[in-house]
Amino acid sequence: MTVGATADAVSIERHNPAPVLEARGLAMQFGPVEVLTDIGLELRSGEVHAVIGENGAGKSTLMKLLSGYLAPTRGAIHLNGATVAFRGPVDAEQRGIVLVHQEILLAPDLTVAQNIFMGRELRHGLVLDDRAMNRLAAGAVERLGAAIDPRQTVARLSIAQRQLVQIARALAGRPRVIVLDEPTASLTPHETEALLNIIGELKRDGVAVLYISHRLPEVAAIADVVTVLRDGKHVATLPGGTLTPLDMAHLMVGRDMARLFPPRATPPEATPLLCVKDLSVPGASSDIAFTLRPGEILGFAGLIGAGRTETFEGLLGLRPAQGRVTLAGRATWFRSVRDSLAAGLVYLSEDRKGKGLLLAKPLAVNLTLAALHRFCRGILVSRTREAKGLEDAIARFDIRARRRTMLAGQLSGGNQQKLLLAKMMLREPRVVVIDEPTRGIDIGTKEQIYRLLAELAAAGKAVVVISSEMGELIGLCHRILVMRAGRIVGELAGEAMTERNIAVLATGADVHTSAVAVGA
Amino acid sequence: MADTLRDASAAPPRLPRVDWVAAAPFVALACLLVFGAFVSPSFLSLGNLANVLTRSAFIAIIGVGATFVIASGGIDLSVGSMAAFVASVMILFMNTELGGGGVGTLALGMLLAAGVGSMCGLLNGLVTTVGRIEPFITTLGTMGIFRALTIWLANGGSIAMKSQDLRTLYRPVYFGSVGGVPLPIALILAITAVGAFVLYKTAFGRHLLAVGSSEDVARYSGIPINRVRTVAYVVQGLCVAVAVMVYVPRLGAATATTGLLWELQAITAVVVGGTALRGGVGRVWGTLCGALLLEIVGNIMVLSSFVSEYLIGAVQGTIIIVAMLVQRSLSNRNRA
Repeated sequence: MTVGATADAVSIERHNPAPVLEARGLAMQFGPVEVLTDIGLELRSGEVHAVIGENGAGKSTLMKLLSGYLAPTRGAIHLNGATVAFRGPVDAEQRGIVLVHQEILLAPDLTVAQNIFMGRELRHGLVLDDRAMNRLAAGAVERLGAAIDPRQTVARLSIAQRQLVQIARALAGRPRVIVLDEPTASLTPHETEALLNIIGELKRDGVAVLYISHRLPEVAAIADVVTVLRDGKHVATLPGGTLTPLDMAHLMVGRDMARLFPPRATPPEATPLLCVKDLSVPGASSDIAFTLRPGEILGFAGLIGAGRTETFEGLLGLRPAQGRVTLAGRATWFRSVRDSLAAGLVYLSEDRKGKGLLLAKPLAVNLTLAALHRFCRGILVSRTREAKGLEDAIARFDIRARRRTMLAGQLSGGNQQKLLLAKMMLREPRVVVIDEPTRGIDIGTKEQIYRLLAELAAAGKAVVVISSEMGELIGLCHRILVMRAGRIVGELAGEAMTERNIAVLATGADVHTSAVAVGA
Repeated sequence: MADTLRDASAAPPRLPRVDWVAAAPFVALACLLVFGAFVSPSFLSLGNLANVLTRSAFIAIIGVGATFVIASGGIDLSVGSMAAFVASVMILFMNTELGGGGVGTLALGMLLAAGVGSMCGLLNGLVTTVGRIEPFITTLGTMGIFRALTIWLANGGSIAMKSQDLRTLYRPVYFGSVGGVPLPIALILAITAVGAFVLYKTAFGRHLLAVGSSEDVARYSGIPINRVRTVAYVVQGLCVAVAVMVYVPRLGAATATTGLLWELQAITAVVVGGTALRGGVGRVWGTLCGALLLEIVGNIMVLSSFVSEYLIGAVQGTIIIVAMLVQRSLSNRNRA
């Protein structure tokens, strides 16, 4: 089917015509940036409504608006036909709307049961009724197809188990609307299947499910209605059954994916610059081995929690690790990030706001921080040199700053990433490791980042891209290494670099078929 | 000035034209001076003002170091005890009259004070960074240690300078003046200026603010976090030593109560001066302003009869809370 033609006028047959939850003209502004513009959405009982879009499309913001975590700048939310303004997530929860976060928001030192009943503990008078809570919690978890002791502390659970506890917690309040934000991101295929079954049950019970996921096959399998967001705007609302994952991908990106990426230079034949062997990072990864050539872009794919970030933090001296490293033919080891920086390796964290930039400081301070010696005269920091450096960086990396005196935190995500790139390039590195380079970045800036990375490689630098967006790895990299549970489980190059191959390696199973099987 | 005016017309209204958070303590100080002039005609006399400034010297000088520590994301509760300890060691040394009993002894005593102060700061810094112990706990511990060492050295009593000649020689450091400016005041200005220079103009100062602003970002940028933090405590120790050098000639003795509660006054001066306790921002001149505010409030209370001077602590306590509330509302307004 041709998606564009049908995007506007869709009539979707519904058993229950009155929406439980409805958004009209919702808009949200953070500082100067409008992240959501005029979003309309109708959610009906017994219906799974999927919201899809790229990172930064505004999905999470929309979810937070609908579940009371944020108040919209404009627009209204209707619950059973009446306008509501949630005073907070607790208020929304009492009205029957509950959000299950993508991030784990549990108290790690409390038990599973204590977490599930947090804020609505069962009591005998003044005394907590732990026995009843443990029993009910065990039932709630079991219903999700998991076997977790309710008396276990959450800190001892795996990420997937924690996610299930979170979902159990949401369901314990018997919500009328449940919002699931990327619930399967850290689940195994088996757990995913169990979760999709639960969603089927919820549907039959008349619960309205708002479902956000990157995994399009999953969406195609379970969604009754699909709403597509792009750059904070509503693109289309379509019946789920008619859409293939490919249709959805086109709607999300809004253009041909291929044009997003610069032409790939031929894979270089140079001798390896960096050789890593037997690298292990306690608690995260082991037996990591790879080589990296100058001019090469090497991708690292894998699920969240596969140990990619930790591996590179270990390699670069940011966390304890052991292994053997050869840089330009010489054996070496980086005990601290100062060592690795001095050797010409830079790491751009996925956590730009927490580990990359000082958000409360001006642009120039951020730019020069890792290479301050280059801007000093004697012991003095030269403001004129800094100002000059900032001008150069703004020109070279196309950083869009309304004023030179802006704080880093006032830049958009994409410009923050460009500033971070400029900052680390002042070290004149030989190896650039960039983690989730385009997370939370709009599509126009993505294209620029890809071009900048390709230019770095063309200039002879060795580039490592760690990303959870398979499309970006496939479009950008010469080779892709896939990690699962702390180990490298495969290498893909050339024609073999497909989303399917990556997914199979990353999950250890075929997610696609299992999701479809469940939905059928 | 021209810049300010141009910005006023061109900048969007969301931006503060004047950084009120930074300016607030100075405005408060100006208001207090005006208020003091109304309360007592003798308040604005040169003699009284010089007296107030001189007496604020200890807290102002220690406050410069405290600004460094707090801006780096730490806290130092041990400065009061450290001052007493450094003073004791210094006086005990001078009583040995090593170095000839004259200027030589004095100079050696001061050098020793600077050395002991730096070592005390180094201890705080290393325990905090290498030992990875919360600075609050570390310095709570060393606060007790330095205090007890002082009492032990003094045998429970006081340690006084024995030599009258040396006392006479040392006296001008607190009571003397250069070109009409009392020496302690000149010293406050010098130390604050040096502190501001180091914090705002040097790479070390930039690194220190980065560490206080976000330890993670600093580490990922290759800044030697432990070294920067430790040096901040050493700077604090040096400032304590300088304060002691001015303090000793005043009374010529150290006792168990020397420097009692100075840590709280220093922290108050820093916070009232506009430095955030969470780190990342340091306002050295603001700290001086905060130290003056505290001293002037006390002075006005003594000169006037509105409030009993026994309530000075309560008034100072109120000042810190009000200062925080004002800061909070100003920065909220800036953000909105």
